[in-house]
Amino acid sequence: MQSVARIIAQRLGLGLVTLFFVSVIIFAAVNMLPGDFAQAILGQGATPEAVEAIRRDLGLDKPPITRYFDWLGGVLQGDFGTSFAAANFRSFTGAETGSGLGSVAAQVAPRFENTLFLAGVTAAIAVPFSLILGVLAALFRNSIFDRAANIGTLTSISSPEFFLAYILILFLAVLNPMLPSLSNIYADMSFGERLERTLLPALTLTLVVTAHMMRMTRAAIINLLASPYIEMARLKGISPLRVIVKHALPNALAPIINVIALNLAYLITGVVVVEVVFVYPGIGQLFVDSVKIRDIPVVQACCLIFAAAYILLNLLADILSILSNPRLRHPK
Amino acid sequence: MSTRDLLVQIRDLHIEGRSDETWTPIIKGVDLDLRKGEVLGLIGESGAGKSTLGLAAMGFTRDGVRISGGSVAFDGIELLQASASAKRHLLGKRIAYVAQSAAASFNPAHRLIDQHTEAPVQHGVMSKAESEKDAVRLYEQLRLPNPEEIGFRYPHQVSGGQLQRAMTAMAMSCRPDLIIFDEPTTALDVTTQIEVLAAIRDIVDQYDTAAIYITHDLAVVAQMADRIKVLLRGDEVEEAETRRMLSHPSEDYTKSLWAVRSFKRPEKPAPETDAVPVVSVRGVSAAYGTQPVLHDVSFDIHRGRTVAVVGESGSGKSTMARCITGLLPPFEGVIEFDGEALPLDYRKRSKMQLRQAQMIYQMADTALNPRKTIAEIIGRPVEFYMGLRGRDKRRRVDDLLEQIELDPAEFRDRLPSELSGGQKQRVGIARALAAEPSFIICDEVTSALDQLVAEGILKLLARLQDELGLSYMFITHDLATVRAIADEVVVMKNGEVVEQGVKRDMFKPPHHPYTDLLLSSVPEMDPDWLTNLLRERGVENIGDAASEKI
Amino acid sequence: MSVWLHIALWAAILFGGAWVFRWAGQQLPNPRTRPYFRDMSYAVAFGFLLAAAALYWTVQLYFVDRVVFFRWAVQGFLFFAAAGWAFRLLGRHVGTPGTRKLFRKMPLTAAFGILVILVYAVVAIFADVLAPFGQEQVFERVNVLPGGNPETGGDPRFLLGTDQIGRDLLSRLIYGAQNTVGIAFVTTCLAFLLGASLGFLAATLGGWLDQLLSRGVDVLMAIPSLIFALLLMTIASAWAGSEKWLLTVYMIVIIAVLDSTRVFRLSRAVGANIVVMDYIEAAKLRGETLTYLIFREILPNAYAPLLAEFGLRFCFVFLTIAALSFLGVGIQPPLADWGTMVRDLSQFINFAGVSPLTAALPLMAAGAIALLTVAVNFVVDWMLYQSSGLKD
Repeated sequence: MQSVARIIAQRLGLGLVTLFFVSVIIFAAVNMLPGDFAQAILGQGATPEAVEAIRRDLGLDKPPITRYFDWLGGVLQGDFGTSFAAANFRSFTGAETGSGLGSVAAQVAPRFENTLFLAGVTAAIAVPFSLILGVLAALFRNSIFDRAANIGTLTSISSPEFFLAYILILFLAVLNPMLPSLSNIYADMSFGERLERTLLPALTLTLVVTAHMMRMTRAAIINLLASPYIEMARLKGISPLRVIVKHALPNALAPIINVIALNLAYLITGVVVVEVVFVYPGIGQLFVDSVKIRDIPVVQACCLIFAAAYILLNLLADILSILSNPRLRHPK
Repeated sequence: MSTRDLLVQIRDLHIEGRSDETWTPIIKGVDLDLRKGEVLGLIGESGAGKSTLGLAAMGFTRDGVRISGGSVAFDGIELLQASASAKRHLLGKRIAYVAQSAAASFNPAHRLIDQHTEAPVQHGVMSKAESEKDAVRLYEQLRLPNPEEIGFRYPHQVSGGQLQRAMTAMAMSCRPDLIIFDEPTTALDVTTQIEVLAAIRDIVDQYDTAAIYITHDLAVVAQMADRIKVLLRGDEVEEAETRRMLSHPSEDYTKSLWAVRSFKRPEKPAPETDAVPVVSVRGVSAAYGTQPVLHDVSFDIHRGRTVAVVGESGSGKSTMARCITGLLPPFEGVIEFDGEALPLDYRKRSKMQLRQAQMIYQMADTALNPRKTIAEIIGRPVEFYMGLRGRDKRRRVDDLLEQIELDPAEFRDRLPSELSGGQKQRVGIARALAAEPSFIICDEVTSALDQLVAEGILKLLARLQDELGLSYMFITHDLATVRAIADEVVVMKNGEVVEQGVKRDMFKPPHHPYTDLLLSSVPEMDPDWLTNLLRERGVENIGDAASEKI
Repeated sequence: MSVWLHIALWAAILFGGAWVFRWAGQQLPNPRTRPYFRDMSYAVAFGFLLAAAALYWTVQLYFVDRVVFFRWAVQGFLFFAAAGWAFRLLGRHVGTPGTRKLFRKMPLTAAFGILVILVYAVVAIFADVLAPFGQEQVFERVNVLPGGNPETGGDPRFLLGTDQIGRDLLSRLIYGAQNTVGIAFVTTCLAFLLGASLGFLAATLGGWLDQLLSRGVDVLMAIPSLIFALLLMTIASAWAGSEKWLLTVYMIVIIAVLDSTRVFRLSRAVGANIVVMDYIEAAKLRGETLTYLIFREILPNAYAPLLAEFGLRFCFVFLTIAALSFLGVGIQPPLADWGTMVRDLSQFINFAGVSPLTAALPLMAAGAIALLTVAVNFVVDWMLYQSSGLKD
């Protein structure tokens, strides 16, 4: 067990280092903005107060390294700074500063929750569905079912998310009004209502993710079924079901975990476009909106959250597949 | 013998394999009879269809293979007509299988004992507890160390030779009527192989189990089988009782197989004592990172002579080649060429120095760039070292192709993938010759080839040596090859030279204990060889157990 | 609730039917089919029934319910299949013996893919000739409905109608091929130039250079590429200011760099596999130079996987650019581009009940993107299958 603990500690350390470098990149990228970007961002019409507020907020008078660690320190305490849009708005209306409404964290938190809900619903549908289909395609490879599945998944992977989204809207919202095409969600909605409004974006994401996951599962299982120990199990006269459950599955764990984690990580990217199509109030939409109005602190925060989730998922997959490897669990 | 009833009866069996959407025949109408308690040896070169036939005797075919005609009856049950569940009740219970690679055929996720008890429990032969107890008994009979404990290990925690015996125990778990052994010792070192062979033979004898023993090694099959069937490209060549087959083979093909072992070069006179060796290795020690692999190795190679470096896997013989070529600079010692010290790193050697020492590789597949034609492959060193171009280069390439006995007009423009294994190896030789070297390292050049093809390569190398006065360093694990071609022998174990000398002396006692073990472990064609050896030495003094004592 | 009841009923019929189907098969009088049904697994029986049900639903929707979009989809599918089949037939009888042999062994999907790619290439290259109007040309009539029939709000000059500022949609769709596909192609080429050269260098040289590049790529790949692209586009838009064309150039560079990380990984892996081969060792020991090793020994063996990767990368880049444009930060107006068109026309989808052709407009632009990526993926899939088959 000693060596497994050490390997996991190594991976965790590596993940942290990666995260650190990613934060450096995100911070440095923003600092590549030309000139006095407080002015550039707010445009010519901004009041001097707003410009001053942003300058102060960013601490533009300090050297970049100090600014970076100030920013990182804030992030670690859950403080992502103040949203430009909010600051601008305040400077025009003259509202009190420091009310908390303008802070990035307050803006991001509820939307992050919504996004997690969407991802959760998607995963709940996509994971079991694609695993079953993938295993079936592997078991009956080269059959008509397998070929049809191959063409279907390739088509689904190749289509942009918005194409799938509009087709679903066309059939399930416009032609047969079964589900709402706009996913406006409020904090005080009941779970059922919330689920209903999330279903269409979740189905769109499911289509994309299922295709990926199914293909990867199929490949992993085919690889596994070709191994001599599966042939050995068959030659021992074991029933087909037992061959799968007892001999294939324990060894399929690592690749399957990898497939799931990779695709959940993939969801992170897919969520952006889908949220925009359905006007789903998640972090993806906030991100795109902030990109358009160049609300730098929000963009930074969203980017960091996406990257952190991505790294975390990959790390989790890594660690779980190490744990499921008998060679590492039972060293010589 | 003939009074015993038939266990397996195969009649006019046809099997096809799929390649590129078309079906090509693998087995072309073979008959096979096996009586109860009898061991049949199936022998043939690669592509003979022996594994396919062995699996078909179980009513099983791999993916992309189908049985297109004939019948397979096991104890009166027609396997090709039987339902899937009916076949399942036979497999594992009455017919068992032992695969070539035990390391790959054991499920890495389960303990050996759990895999052992699976078949008996699933087939309702024994309870789990009974089967576990039985497993320990079988492990003991197969002479596995710590039989009480070894079953509770995972496959990767057990060595190759032990795993192979554990798999034989697993095949025995239901006391089947028939076991198919599919090249069970091919992947093992000679000293390990003998131990496994002895264990398998004893246990098959003891339980009077019938077996089909598949191998390409004549000497091995001579020890194991009562009868031998020779296959060639899916057809039966001949079949006879073992002793008769060995002493009086009737078909030409069989005779040629038998004759391979008799090839031997005439002895060369010893080099003059004051002659400067072509290559001289002095006190070389080397390491991969911090892992030491060679320790204080010294030997000489004289002009026109062949030095065979012998040892089992992990003995450091291939590392020796990497040191001489300069791919792995040793941290200690010198390598001299014609009495002159060579730079240790190949990047510091001159073009002239690089040209003098050439190499021929074990796997001809990876040694030739698959995207280049034969003329390009051989032509590159001609152009690079000799500066020949255009017509001169082409003429030289044709000469070289003739030297390796390939027709230039036919082979010049082919790609390596359009050549057979033996032809590829010949091209590898031609590429080395193109540099006009004085010294060639041959790294296991025949071990991936069938015996007849390998013999052709050895004869070619011998002829080239006589014609061109080449010196060879011949790395091999096969003592038969050493006997055939070597002038001097260097025996290595764990990165050290155990013994070295002229071949004549090396094959005569007294030996260093390790050389002795190595020599005595090489199977001979005599069917009584294994029995005699075990009687002389006892089971404790063969194989890994003996190797560890040294 | 009746919907769920309906689904449950169908499920019950399928699950029970599969069992009955297999049982009935075994009762057939023909003794040769009996073993087939006897050894049939339940999943296969279920598959047969599901296929039958799918066929039934298709016929139902097509001939009975006559859902217009479904009919278009089916007709489109049949048309593309027929076109692919005809193209393959043509390829089998025209051309050099080499290409004929290639077409003989080609699956229908790959033939379809090649045909579509060819058509796109022609449209992209000859957009100026094919399009009835210029992409930036503005007409006085805005929001003309598609169909070309004046009685239903159309105009015979504008077959697909005009957009909200009066540009001909058909022309913009055709120019979209030039802009969207062209930009994606240039970006992919750039990504390959960068990624592949660094990847092979890292694989051949190894050592600290390899370590440095690999770790750098690891960090870059730890940020999801669409997210990273959006972040960088924010900054680029500040740099570009009001120069819209500059933003498109920045986008090409940004996506090329981000995508080159994946090309780097692949070419490094491919290169590393080749570098350990004995023929590379033989060439090294011969004293060959690094350039000879990379260009004469390694590269010829890496063409096949690199070509397949080029197809996949192109799809990925193409989809990323489409997504960025759809989100409003990609290819900038007045250049016509499919991603932006989808966004601008997306509201038309709500008219599906009244005017199906209008609702189809955003789907046409989105479908144009999907069709090309599907085609490329089909070809790549076939290439990968072939090269894996060669290894066996």
